[in-house]
Amino acid sequence: MKKTHVSTTINGDEFDFLCEPTQTLLDVLRDELQMTGTKEGCATGDCGACSVTLDGTLVCACLVLGLEASGKEIETIEGMADGDELHPLQRKFIEHVALQCGICTPGLLVAARSLLDVNPDPTEEEVRYWLAGNICRCTGYHNIVTAVIDAAQEMRGT
Amino acid sequence: MGMMPSPYGTQLPYEEKDTKVVGTNPTERPDAADKVTGRARYAADINLPGQLVGKVLRSPHAHANIRSIDTSKAEALEGVKAVVTRDDFPDLPVQIASGGEIMINFRDVTRNMMAREKTLYDGHPVAAVAATSENIAKAALKLIEVDYEVLPHVIDVVDAMAPDAPLLNEEQFTKGIDPAPDKPSNIAARMVAKLGDVEAGFKAADLVIEREFNTKAVHQGYIEPHASIGNYTEGGNAEVFTSTQGHYMNRAQTAKVLGMEISRIKVTPAELGGGFGGKNLIYLEPLAIQLSKKSQRPVKMAMTRDEVFRSTGPTSGTNITIKIGMTKDGRMTAAEAELNYQAGCFPGSSLPLCMPTAFTRYEIENVLVVGHDVICNRPRVAAYRAPGAPMIAFGVETVIDELAEELKIDPIEIRLINAAKEGTQTHFGPKLGPIGYVETLERARAHDHMKTKLGPNQGRGIATAFWNTLGMETSATININQDGSASLIYGTVDVAGGMRAAYAQMAAEELGIPFEKIRAQQSDTAGLGFNFPTVGSRGTAAGGMAVVKAARDAIARMCQVAARIWEVEEDEVVWEDGAARPASANVGEFEPLSLAEIAAKAGFMGGTIAGHAEINVTGGGPAFSTHVVDVEVDRETGLVKVLRYTIIQDAGKAIFPDFVKAQFHGAAVQGIGLALNEEYIYNDKGVMENPGFLDYRVPVASDVPNISTEIVEVPNPLHPYGVRGVGEVSIIPPLAVISNAIYDAVGIRLRDHPMSPPKVLKALDDAAMKEAAE
Repeated sequence: MKKTHVSTTINGDEFDFLCEPTQTLLDVLRDELQMTGTKEGCATGDCGACSVTLDGTLVCACLVLGLEASGKEIETIEGMADGDELHPLQRKFIEHVALQCGICTPGLLVAARSLLDVNPDPTEEEVRYWLAGNICRCTGYHNIVTAVIDAAQEMRGT
Repeated sequence: MGMMPSPYGTQLPYEEKDTKVVGTNPTERPDAADKVTGRARYAADINLPGQLVGKVLRSPHAHANIRSIDTSKAEALEGVKAVVTRDDFPDLPVQIASGGEIMINFRDVTRNMMAREKTLYDGHPVAAVAATSENIAKAALKLIEVDYEVLPHVIDVVDAMAPDAPLLNEEQFTKGIDPAPDKPSNIAARMVAKLGDVEAGFKAADLVIEREFNTKAVHQGYIEPHASIGNYTEGGNAEVFTSTQGHYMNRAQTAKVLGMEISRIKVTPAELGGGFGGKNLIYLEPLAIQLSKKSQRPVKMAMTRDEVFRSTGPTSGTNITIKIGMTKDGRMTAAEAELNYQAGCFPGSSLPLCMPTAFTRYEIENVLVVGHDVICNRPRVAAYRAPGAPMIAFGVETVIDELAEELKIDPIEIRLINAAKEGTQTHFGPKLGPIGYVETLERARAHDHMKTKLGPNQGRGIATAFWNTLGMETSATININQDGSASLIYGTVDVAGGMRAAYAQMAAEELGIPFEKIRAQQSDTAGLGFNFPTVGSRGTAAGGMAVVKAARDAIARMCQVAARIWEVEEDEVVWEDGAARPASANVGEFEPLSLAEIAAKAGFMGGTIAGHAEINVTGGGPAFSTHVVDVEVDRETGLVKVLRYTIIQDAGKAIFPDFVKAQFHGAAVQGIGLALNEEYIYNDKGVMENPGFLDYRVPVASDVPNISTEIVEVPNPLHPYGVRGVGEVSIIPPLAVISNAIYDAVGIRLRDHPMSPPKVLKALDDAAMKEAAE
């Protein structure tokens, strides 16, 4: 299959890759760029494990074609911590035992950050509905919701 | 020997003491930083140089003879490096072995991994291909020509038990019947557990209620699809990176189906993206190795979500009848259960493990439990968190609710009247030791949840559960490093991230050094002796016992070094607060030698210090849980909304309390999904119709409320820190507790799972019609 050259920005760094027309952004991240922090749980947009942002919009990387990344700004889990300083959401997930096996955690963190970008003071219900696109099979969500609300509070400085 | 407790088992007595690390919540969980940054490596994240992509061709038929398989066109496709079918694996005779929480037969293990004479379910592997890209591998699958003779199939357990049902195996005669039957049957085995005389018991009852229940198969639903990389080298050795709950058992089974010696294979368990019992069997591992052997390249295989649903471990769908008799003051006189369980296409459902849970938590003199292990055209069932037990509790706990209502006794009171306690004779053999069942009920009764007022169409339910904790083979090593830090190597796969923290906590407590000085790491199969898979809630309990034993072994070595330095006898040295000290003033005046000081000198004083344990743990410890739920039923849509949920569970002793509560949360929400939505749906051709998360709907964050939890601590006397298994018990009550709450809300008793909106709506309509007719 003929490959197309794509230039994009991921976590602030410029990347070039060759991409088949059938490859998704998820395939490109994981197989071409070895950025395996973004996970595949279903490849049909139902589980949210591959959540990334594309020009600031929360998307499932499995529902975006690699070619669509051209000229876009992509943010993945690999860009969330600032050097060795974890993002408040990452710290609060650890503190509140909001992760167990961890396979859904990168997607949930990316989705939660995207929530706090638009709503820095969400209610429990708003957190639950925003994260309804991210399946976690281990935690039962209780500690995830607690961690997101606690991180939001810390980030607001209240 | 199956899962019988070993007569040579290890138990370490519980020691009541003030602990510094055990019972606290560590802030630096060993796995967490890697998981929140995306750096943790799951099997699908691992790549080997030069690897190929492997894909599996699966049967589109529920039941078919395979007349022939022609792979020549696939092999001729450019980029295809190897194709394997049944012809590439040796046939194996009948040989029964333990497969984690279920029993396996190697004749069937090899047939499940790759169909031989027949395909037995939609999704059964028929061939596998390794190619230079995924697209080429997929194209090659389409070029494989399989000539099928489609056979009549059977999906449901009651249909499969019928005398005229299509037979999956003409050579299977039901075991456990005397005299042995002369006609083959889909019923693989009849199993019986008995106590007293149920007939006499029912005669002594004032009220007997008998009800039938049906539940659908459900999937564990781990978010990580199975992935394996196999690398076979010319020297006849193989390495495997895979998603597994038990790499030693995985290696043993893989070796067996490949005809290799166990020592030739090294299995490295990658970080596990959820298993819940579903990652105990082998699926891709032998295919990847065989493809690698043929192609002389590493081969990476990962399932799609569709493949996970169609071809890996759902739990059994069931047909269950429960009968309980009580005197009018609420005392149980007899209890009977008939359990008909789908085993999938090969025998070996979870009946041997779940039958003991049927009535254990009640003191009943007369009990009869009969189980039928039934094969049908579905994937071979795998364990799923307290495998098989939620469905029995669905029956038992709702029948008790009905009895309580008829007898006008409070549902918690009726359970307290019959509650099992220390000394209660179980219907599966042993008498119970000290347990916390009564405490969970009493704390439920006193809980604020019980005081909350209910509105219209809202109801409250109560249900309880028991699950036993497995022990089994367990190994661990603690290496004391020259700088005074310790490397703890464990071999019982840490499935959720809490076990390795709890291991380090127990090791820190024993050694008397800070938690941060210990790094707990998972061993591959080369690094330690055999460890049983992480099943039966055994991880922290059994693994922890091995860690404590290894730590004590290391301490003995450190005391020996101190004795050599001080030139005294070994028994004149004791270990306290992280240092060797003279046992008494008579030994002499010596400054304590810290672990770091001893570690620095140990090499010269006899050799590096390490502590080991290679044991069979038999001190599991039964665990109990009481759940309370409030639901609201939408009479327009049939939707059941969970409003409030409370879990009270005996953890023995919680090593890492916040993680123990997190296990309660997760188990209950899986149970809520099972109760309200999840089910395998098959069409009339025996093909699964909902193999994806869109149509097989597991709970999402907006489906469930916050969950209130309380840990009861009645220490397990056979564990040094009092641990009982905590992972499984709380998936058992949700089916029953929600059914009880729905009845309380709208007066309908649901006995067919799942309690999804169409079923609730129909039951409401039926009730309204009945009322109108009256």
